[in-house]
Amino acid sequence: MKENDIHIERVDWITVLVYFALVMIGWFNIYAAVYDGQAEKSIFDFSINSGKQLVWIGTAIAIIIVIMAADYRLYENLSIILYLFFVGLLIVTPFLGKEVNGQILSVGFGDFRIQPGEFAKFATALALAKFMERPTFDLSKTKYQLQAFVVLLLPVALILLQPDTGTAMVYFSMLVMFYREGLPQSYFVLGFGFIALTLMALGIENNFYLTLGIAAVIAILIFLGKRSWQKILVFSSIGIALIAYTYSLDFVVEKLPEHQRNRIMVLFNPDIDPLGVGWNVTQSKIAIGSGGFSGKGYLEGTQTKFDFVPEQHTDFIFCTLGEEFGWIGSLVVIALFVTLLYRLVIMAERQKTRFSRIYGYCAISILLFHFMINIAMTIGLFPVVGIPLPFFSYGGSSLWSFTILLFIFIKMDSSRAMQLGRIS
Amino acid sequence: MNDQRPVVIIIFIFLVGLVLLTKLFLIQVVDDSFIKKAERNAIQRVVDHPYRGLVYDRTGKLLVYNNPIFDLMLVPKEFQVGDTTRFLEIFDITKEQLIESYTAARKYSFVKPSPLIKQISTTDFARIQDYLIDYPGLFIMTRAVRSYPLPIASHAMGYIGEINAGQLERDTAKYYVQGDYVGLSGMERFYEKELRGVKGVKYKMVNVRGVDKGPFKDGEYDTASVAGSNITSTIHLELQRYGEMLMNGKRGSVVAIEPKTGEILAMISAPFYDPNSLTGADFSKNYRALNGDESKPLFNRPIMATYPPGSIFKIVQSLIGLQDGILTPETTFACNKSLVACHNHPSPSDLFGAIRNSCNPYFHQAYRQIINREISSNTFEDTKIGLNDWREKVLKFGLGSPLGVDMTNEKGGSIPSSKLYDKVYGEGHWKYSTIYSLSIGQGEMLVTPLQMANLAAIFANKGFYFTPHLVKSIEGDPNQIPVQYRTKHSVGIDAKHFDLIQNAMAEALYGTANRAVIQDLVIAGKTGTAQNPHGEDHSVFVAFAPKNNPTIAIAVYVENAGWGGRAAASTASLMIEKYIRGEISRPALQEYVLAGNFIY
Repeated sequence: MKENDIHIERVDWITVLVYFALVMIGWFNIYAAVYDGQAEKSIFDFSINSGKQLVWIGTAIAIIIVIMAADYRLYENLSIILYLFFVGLLIVTPFLGKEVNGQILSVGFGDFRIQPGEFAKFATALALAKFMERPTFDLSKTKYQLQAFVVLLLPVALILLQPDTGTAMVYFSMLVMFYREGLPQSYFVLGFGFIALTLMALGIENNFYLTLGIAAVIAILIFLGKRSWQKILVFSSIGIALIAYTYSLDFVVEKLPEHQRNRIMVLFNPDIDPLGVGWNVTQSKIAIGSGGFSGKGYLEGTQTKFDFVPEQHTDFIFCTLGEEFGWIGSLVVIALFVTLLYRLVIMAERQKTRFSRIYGYCAISILLFHFMINIAMTIGLFPVVGIPLPFFSYGGSSLWSFTILLFIFIKMDSSRAMQLGRIS
Repeated sequence: MNDQRPVVIIIFIFLVGLVLLTKLFLIQVVDDSFIKKAERNAIQRVVDHPYRGLVYDRTGKLLVYNNPIFDLMLVPKEFQVGDTTRFLEIFDITKEQLIESYTAARKYSFVKPSPLIKQISTTDFARIQDYLIDYPGLFIMTRAVRSYPLPIASHAMGYIGEINAGQLERDTAKYYVQGDYVGLSGMERFYEKELRGVKGVKYKMVNVRGVDKGPFKDGEYDTASVAGSNITSTIHLELQRYGEMLMNGKRGSVVAIEPKTGEILAMISAPFYDPNSLTGADFSKNYRALNGDESKPLFNRPIMATYPPGSIFKIVQSLIGLQDGILTPETTFACNKSLVACHNHPSPSDLFGAIRNSCNPYFHQAYRQIINREISSNTFEDTKIGLNDWREKVLKFGLGSPLGVDMTNEKGGSIPSSKLYDKVYGEGHWKYSTIYSLSIGQGEMLVTPLQMANLAAIFANKGFYFTPHLVKSIEGDPNQIPVQYRTKHSVGIDAKHFDLIQNAMAEALYGTANRAVIQDLVIAGKTGTAQNPHGEDHSVFVAFAPKNNPTIAIAVYVENAGWGGRAAASTASLMIEKYIRGEISRPALQEYVLAGNFIY
């Protein structure tokens, strides 16, 4: 038996089945989103998005076959090259790309265009895995932390230049992988505390109460345990810095470009401007909310197909599902995503090399982030961030990049028996 | 340490799923406000307005119909003008008009239709219809307005208009909405429910830009509209038209009733207006003009104007006296002019002679006997009892309160009771000498022309009447008309007493209303003169004919035309001839009425 044979029996079929289930449900929903009862176009009609998505699905299957057929070591060997290639592509995108709505996201020629930002995700995942697999690599040490962050931040910085805040945010989801690989817990405690403080500062009208709260917490911390002038000085400085931060935040929000500021503020008050910024969230919630328990029935939705919800076949595809299949439909799809992610954690933990485990967690991080943020934004739990729902949303770049991301890991997993036990 | 971390990650994944599902449960299952919001978004309720019922005259001729009017609508998104000069030529508008309408349409909506040309005539519509295909984004929208083949019977038919706030409030069934058209007066208002039909509803889906996306659920919830009932009116079109011709330029009323049924054959209120002026786009403008007109063309005189009944009331007095046994055909009184003024005629007279000569002193004395019956030794008390008893008998003739004709705003006139005199003079301070004017139909007594015509019908019927009404059948079924119009009312006078009255009325024609006499057609009539303190008296005449088998009872009021024997009697006679014979044999009399010089 040759080492690069496809081990059908070792492929994790549960994951593959969940993947296809999501892709097919997504495809049906894309048809529902563009369905026009008067035009009577078939789901296979290439002039509408469902027909086009079928082409993307077909090509995605071709990509899967190539990935599964290739040598598992190829990805490890190509990791740094792929990373550098896509970083390079990100560098040239602003010069060669096409501008749409003030963003330059894609490069290519004619109708064939790809978004380097999408593909750089799996390339960065491979590079991080390669970089961090060294036995000496220890995330509890500042030196290694900085190295890992540089690998991560390079594509982020380039994507922010496009500018595509949503995609850039996705890269920060790698924190989940860093957590698994031993980034100290205190970072997360501080991080979450900081996020909580930020949300409170934005959400609470009067910063005075927040100031009182911070002062109280600092005072309690100072009087707990041993007291020293040094400690009092450090804690007081931190307290003052935090209070200053809460006040400066209002100022910064004020200085943000209007569309970004509104996206944040609408989270706290969706009625702030129901026909303007709040439109997306309001209409999205109406579409999903009107689905009720069991939905209006396939192709019977009115909110999504009559364009009340913007971007209803891409970023807001979940609305179509929520409207036509109700809470039951939402439950099925969320259960599929949770099953997929749970399965991927199990798979990641059974890897024999640190490389493939890290890569697996990168895939988990990215998929979890997309799943969580995309659905949360459609129901008003998170500001509107333009990121697609994996396997579901219409679009070739998105489907391909998630397929590549997932199936490279499935390939690694199916080949794990041949990997040397070099896990540390 | 890292061994727990995968577990933390798995817990986090499940937690995310749980939070999302909880929030989804809240907005999808718990909060049902989104369902309504979604319906408001995408489902448009389109009301299918029914076709309002038509109105025919009693001979089957059309009185009121629905006229389609055509609005040329424009959808800016689809509109292409092509050769502008040709376009302007075809649609017969100026370039400025086109630009103005197009700009207004663009401003309203890019995808929804706006009117380009309003109210295109049927002939223009036929002309432009063929060209429409060359111009995408143009289509014709049809609406129906009330229309009248002949400009007659405007008061009886009434008009329709937009529902007002008060009517909306009273509409507890919530059938109407703002902007609906309802009958506002006349038959249109009284038979609103029958004429309007039932609205239908179509639910259609629209997208975010309001573009029609087809029926909701394939029309499962749609209901079809039901057209309004067609009504056959009791109006005789030819008679009505002829009457309006006679009354043209005058003020007054003509009411003709078929005595056997109470069906109103003609109901004329002069001055009149063209009912076509209160339809369509010019309604408000024309209504304001009519409302401000000093001659009050909107005032429906036959049911709203009240006058003292005058001499005609002597017949009612006679009937009450005969029924009570106070009068007999042989009862005589002297024409004692010291009691009340009279004209010269043979004296003393019996009842027949008194009616024929309209003798005032006769009825002064007869009425005293009707009122003062010595039931009480106190003359004041006796008068009070007598007046109230007499009033009860008078009310039975359909006087003193609205008859209940199928029109709105009918006035009842008034027949005084003791309360009125108690109020004016104080209790126990009035007696017969205070109220004697009532004996000859003057004083505190008012009736409408409709009530007068009904009196004529009672005389013709020998003691009964059907409430006068304007509708003969609904959808061809006479049993669908309201039951009160099929109920016979007796006035409480024995039929035998009417022979003398009828004979006297027929005879009276030769004395007081020679002009009304028709060769070989016996008319029973009585002139009256309603005193008018503001100017010339009003000319009044009531009659029925033919005397032996009455088919028409009529009351004519011509204001400020003096003595009843001239204007009113002539008009009534012509109307009777027109109705019974279908033609006029006395062109000179017709000329006399049309010329309208009755004071000389």
